[in-house]
Amino acid sequence: MTVLSQAGIAAAAADDTTCYARTTNDWICAAYWKDYQSELVDATTQHLQITVAAVVLGLVIAVPMAVIARRYVPLKGGILGLSTALYTIPSIALFPILVLFTGITMTTVIIGLALYTLTILVRNTLTGLEAVPDDVRESATGLGYGRTRLLLKIEFPLALPVIMAGLRVATVSTVALTTVGVIVSYGGLGQLLADGVQNDFKAEIFAASVLCVALALALDVVLLGMQWLLTPWVRARGA
Amino acid sequence: MLGDAYNYLTDWSNWTGDDGMLTLLTEQLLLTITALAITMLIGLPIALYLGHIGRGGFLAINISNIGRAIPTFAVLVLLSVGFVGTDELGPYGRAGLATLIALVLFALPPIITNGYVGIREVDRDTVEASTGMGMRGRQVFWRVELPLAMPVIMTGVRLALVQVWATATIAALVAGPGLGNVIVSGFYNSNYGKGLAGAFVVAVVAFVLEVLTIGAERLVAPAHQRRNTRVEAPRRTVSATV
Repeated sequence: MTVLSQAGIAAAAADDTTCYARTTNDWICAAYWKDYQSELVDATTQHLQITVAAVVLGLVIAVPMAVIARRYVPLKGGILGLSTALYTIPSIALFPILVLFTGITMTTVIIGLALYTLTILVRNTLTGLEAVPDDVRESATGLGYGRTRLLLKIEFPLALPVIMAGLRVATVSTVALTTVGVIVSYGGLGQLLADGVQNDFKAEIFAASVLCVALALALDVVLLGMQWLLTPWVRARGA
Repeated sequence: MLGDAYNYLTDWSNWTGDDGMLTLLTEQLLLTITALAITMLIGLPIALYLGHIGRGGFLAINISNIGRAIPTFAVLVLLSVGFVGTDELGPYGRAGLATLIALVLFALPPIITNGYVGIREVDRDTVEASTGMGMRGRQVFWRVELPLAMPVIMTGVRLALVQVWATATIAALVAGPGLGNVIVSGFYNSNYGKGLAGAFVVAVVAFVLEVLTIGAERLVAPAHQRRNTRVEAPRRTVSATV
């Protein structure tokens, strides 16, 4: 499989005058960032794609699970148990097992990462829904709200801060975990890390590590902004 | 592919020998236990002391969130290419020292957070009552706080163990020791059956370790909590993602 070949050839071809040349091999090297810009952009884009798809998929699965656990209490233990049991399997073992079903594709990584987000997303969504005060729920029922409208108009909005907190944690850890996707050739910035360790290419390792942490921080800020926009009542109360 | 994996697992020669899965399994278990022991020796005294005096909570709780944002793989790569990389470390093999350091770093957050939270969440009335009975700080800690906090502390140890096992497997990506090598060499050489076989073994051992620690958690739980089917950790405890 050609997991590492692409960037490896480019690394070998680097001439000797730059700070990323074989003989110099600096960790921090501006020339590397400039010369390999397209490679860095591609890896970051793939990383972002995988992370966002996984978190969205995780949320789409987690919310119904939490709603079911809330409505049918006997199922609660089972649902929570299932969603936390998944994290026991190390990612580098889970991806190969999923290859059985989805092959060496980006989908394999996305599904694997989505399964890991369930641990935190199901728990937080459920906690958020359970924290809605009973008298609020009763007033809404008294006003003629049906079950579905109650859920969508009252319970979800009130649970939003807790759900968003879970979403932030899930997103940040998914960014970090995406790198392990390198085992099935879709690791985003992890591809650069694997290539860097293979070729002892320090500038590449450093750049990929920095970009990975920066991506996690950036997504966290975006989600924080989203939460601010979605919950105007919290701001009004604070002011 | 499933058939290939089955054949790989049932061929005894894949288990024996210097590169056999039994050797790799022993190597990884040894590494996991060492890392967990080091982490507990460093992390628990700090966490429990901070919990006892009630200081440093912000750091103790947030260290887990910071830990999540740091990619394990990147740290392994940085350490192995950096200054600790070339060392040969006894039974831990090539890149053993880099792996050991990374394992300890990633196991510390759950142990510190749960240790701190466990002590802090001991009912304050109980602590006050024991002070009122004339217990000194040290006695309060050993006889009241620690026994009552034990389930939460053990949950932290369990999370750390899961984290260590997973990180130790990933170490194979940076030429580290252990079973991850079967997965990595299988997938990098398009020998998917072998890779899948390795993944199965890693997942099964992870599951066994989890079950064993859940058993240990029940053993250390205070008598009145032991009747419950499973000790429920408080909501603030964190689960690791690996």
